[in-house]
Amino acid sequence: MGITAVAFYLFALVSVVSGLMVVISRNPVHSVLWLVLAFFSSAGLFVLLGAEFVAMLLVIVYMGAVAVLFLFVVMMLDVDFAELRGQLAQYLPLGLLIGVILLMELGLVFSQWSFAPGHVAARAAVTPEGVTNTAALGQLIYTRYIYLFQASGLILLVAMIGAIVLTMRHRTNIKRQDILEQIYRDPAASMDLKDVKPGQGL
Amino acid sequence: MIGTDLTVILPELVLALYAMAALLWGAFRGKDAEAPLLFWLTPLVMAGLGLWIALEPQATASAFHGGFVSDTFARFSKVVVLFSAAVVLLMSADYLKRNKLLQFEFPILIALSVTGMMMMISAGDLMSLYMGLELQSLALYVIAAFRRDSARSTEAGLKYFVLGALSSGILLYGASLIYGYAGTTSFAGILAAAKGEAHLSLGLLIGLVFMIVGMAFKVSSVPFHMWTPDVYEGSPTPVTAFFATAPKVAAMAMIARLLFDAFGTATGDWTQIIALLSFLSMVLGAFAGIGQKDIKRLMAYSSIGHMGYAFLGLTAGTAAGVQATLIYMVVYVTMNVGVFAFILNMERDGQPVTEISALNMYSEVEPLRAAALMVLMFSLAGVPPLVGFFAKLFVIQAALNAGWVWLSVAAMLASVVAAYYYLRIIYLMYFGEKQAPLDGSMPAIHWAALMVAAFFMLAGVVSMFGVDTWAGAAAASLLN
Repeated sequence: MGITAVAFYLFALVSVVSGLMVVISRNPVHSVLWLVLAFFSSAGLFVLLGAEFVAMLLVIVYMGAVAVLFLFVVMMLDVDFAELRGQLAQYLPLGLLIGVILLMELGLVFSQWSFAPGHVAARAAVTPEGVTNTAALGQLIYTRYIYLFQASGLILLVAMIGAIVLTMRHRTNIKRQDILEQIYRDPAASMDLKDVKPGQGL
Repeated sequence: MIGTDLTVILPELVLALYAMAALLWGAFRGKDAEAPLLFWLTPLVMAGLGLWIALEPQATASAFHGGFVSDTFARFSKVVVLFSAAVVLLMSADYLKRNKLLQFEFPILIALSVTGMMMMISAGDLMSLYMGLELQSLALYVIAAFRRDSARSTEAGLKYFVLGALSSGILLYGASLIYGYAGTTSFAGILAAAKGEAHLSLGLLIGLVFMIVGMAFKVSSVPFHMWTPDVYEGSPTPVTAFFATAPKVAAMAMIARLLFDAFGTATGDWTQIIALLSFLSMVLGAFAGIGQKDIKRLMAYSSIGHMGYAFLGLTAGTAAGVQATLIYMVVYVTMNVGVFAFILNMERDGQPVTEISALNMYSEVEPLRAAALMVLMFSLAGVPPLVGFFAKLFVIQAALNAGWVWLSVAAMLASVVAAYYYLRIIYLMYFGEKQAPLDGSMPAIHWAALMVAAFFMLAGVVSMFGVDTWAGAAAASLLN
């Protein structure tokens, strides 16, 4: 057993176990931490496959951003996880049933699997020879798939507009700080010196 | 290379750039103070693009390695989408202003959604199809929840979003199966992979079924229609009007494009699925509409039924069938624009009213408007001298010629049942009980839309204004 095989089994085992722990751990914060471990092990698997770009994506985007976001959500939303967890036993049989059906369907798909004749020639964008796959992806996304790339940009724009339209409220009657006005305030206009005689009020 | 590609997608590019420029303009200027201007400018841009696409003589062209196809079929559908969206947007300004919803983002979201529709109509590839679909749906989810102070509008938006995301997921799953078995995402490649065998391979077939399910969701065809009545009822009325028109045309065109461009050699495999969808939609649309008391809900069931008839043309699997479907969609959109121009102004004491019973004796209050609505209702029901009848006739004829006798008989029977609820509106308007009348005044644009739609329903009998021949050319270009 070479070092690659050892690495594969290590990453695979860790990702499966940590995936399981995401579901069954009692504390939601622990769940998110297990999720981070699952992502990291999957990234290791991708490196073994030779897809280093996807691996980096997983580490940077999913572990760095998405998991942290999850953590924030879990900590900030006051969801009663104990109550949710209580219903787990209730839904377990149904979940298992669906899981078994899914597994059977997958098995059927694989037993019936047949590629169309000439599917290799039909591939639209073959990875160019002699470049790393990060470079190859970059070349494809920004040239051949520029249309789809820009379209996804538009979709994100719509998502942004939507989020603003649906959540931003223009509040009236609030006091905002106007720094320029503060700077240009001069003592003559805003202060009034009074000579108060002893023993008398104003 | 990129230059020629860009000239092919120029209309979409112009609309997308316009939307972005308008967004910047609105954000930097006085925000919603600019809204009225954008509510005029956006329809103008869309109508201009529609005219440009209609008048530009152009052969079939494809761009971005087959990801984008511009042929007569695409141009026909785009013109219908652009004009219907423009008219609905023009009509919505007044309603939104009255209900204090006039925000400058509304026309921008509509413009972006129309861009998505144009992209999905022109898709030549599973990926570009999905991108276009998501662009249009995402904008629609937002405008469904546009009245965010109202629980029902928010509910409509959320419902539409969750179910729409689910259907997109199903569609994507089907697309990935098709890619897995065909080895390519381009329609031409899938066609080549499916060619030469009497039936599709099991993997391709399952993928196709998933994709049809996802797309049937978007046109709200039974049994994937559950969201429609709630979303139609909960959304602000101009949004409902928009949902009932342009997106339906785009989704129908996208379905026809996928079925004929990618699976055109296996018509026998998918016509039975479409036939079932068509049958169920027609029957449910006819029966479920009977008990409705809210006119927006009624229009939802009516649109479900009409989608069944539009599918009827596709079941034929022939050029004549596609032509009939396209004509049906144009007629359907025209009727809906007219009816919604009316619904937008159903008001009593400044409050929008959507109960059907409010139409009691409307003919005494506004005889001309009532008459126009009567013509539209007769046409929706498919009563003989009107265009709605001929649209139904064409699809049934196409299905009959392709040997779908039972389905054609079912279509005729369903249209008889559905006639009940259209005729009930006419009955209430002319022979109902007297009650507090509706007093909404009607802006000139709405009045014009209502009258023009009614006029087309009458005049179309004499001449379809070239729509039928153009639809024929479009169908021929799709089947090549």
